[in-house]
Amino acid sequence: MGDVSATPVEIERPQSSEAPSAVPEPDVPWVTVVHNDPVNLMSYVTYVFQAYFGYSKDKAHRLMLDVHHKGRAVVSSGSREEMERDVQAMHGYGLWATLQQDR
Amino acid sequence: MAGHFEPLPGGGAMAALDDVEISILRSLAVQLLELIGPGTEPVEGHDPLDALFAEGPTKPPADPALARLFPDAYGGPGRKLGADEEATAQAASSEFRRYTENDLRARKREDALAVVRGLDALARSGAGAGAGTETGAEAEGAEVEDAEAGGAEAEGPETEGVEAGTGVLELSPEQSRQWLGALNDLRLAIGTRLEVTDEDDGGELLRLPDSDPRKPMVMAYFWLGGLQETLVETLMP
Repeated sequence: MGDVSATPVEIERPQSSEAPSAVPEPDVPWVTVVHNDPVNLMSYVTYVFQAYFGYSKDKAHRLMLDVHHKGRAVVSSGSREEMERDVQAMHGYGLWATLQQDR
Repeated sequence: MAGHFEPLPGGGAMAALDDVEISILRSLAVQLLELIGPGTEPVEGHDPLDALFAEGPTKPPADPALARLFPDAYGGPGRKLGADEEATAQAASSEFRRYTENDLRARKREDALAVVRGLDALARSGAGAGAGTETGAEAEGAEVEDAEAGGAEAEGPETEGVEAGTGVLELSPEQSRQWLGALNDLRLAIGTRLEVTDEDDGGELLRLPDSDPRKPMVMAYFWLGGLQETLVETLMP
């Protein structure tokens, strides 16, 4: 009898840990944010978004306008390591970028 | 000063620069190198591997122009962070800076060096240089060439059909990208010094009287903007 009653207990554990409410915070994705600055040329910012991220001209232009008008734009998202790489690249291009968790 | 780039048929870009423009641009690029400071090139007598494991700084530079070239990676404007979050962001920025700033400085140095080398090659070809410029270029060039590390040489500029005192600078696509980076870094540094704001948009600064001490730097700032704008256009995919 003991063997039989043990089975459902083992099945229940993985089920409860997969419940959506149990998702831990570290799974929240990270984003790279580019901030507006008065020096960088609009054409240059668009060029960087195309050259580095491989975005289409339209998407790159749209993101550039967001940076310019709203003061900032999320330009990529992913793991923290990936976003650190993107931020480092943006600093290489001279763009003002930070990463943060997207909550 | 005119100063604009045009695309080359096979890729790359060209610009006609006169003596004065070459001299100003070179002087600004050398100042940028001095601002960025020495890289982590191995010093004579030291193990070259040391540079590989050298840790970078953990605090943002005190100089505003340098701080703009090497910004914090965490935090940033437009976010209201609590004291704890602020401390976390600062710690993460320090850690990031320690492992990335040396590489970033090396890259910016290489870009600025590419500009100096390109201009010196132009001057050596005799195309753009009067006697005075040439002497200055050689004197200062010595230290710059010591720091060269496998960088591309400027291609031989064409001089035919160009008036005396003007050289034609030709850049490969890779050199164009380096020049683009250096021109942008220069504008960031000068723009920070001039405290350029969004509201300026070329207006207020351009209307400065000739007597204003900032005038020459303002002229250089907008001239560099024209060079960068036209260089970007040649690189647009």
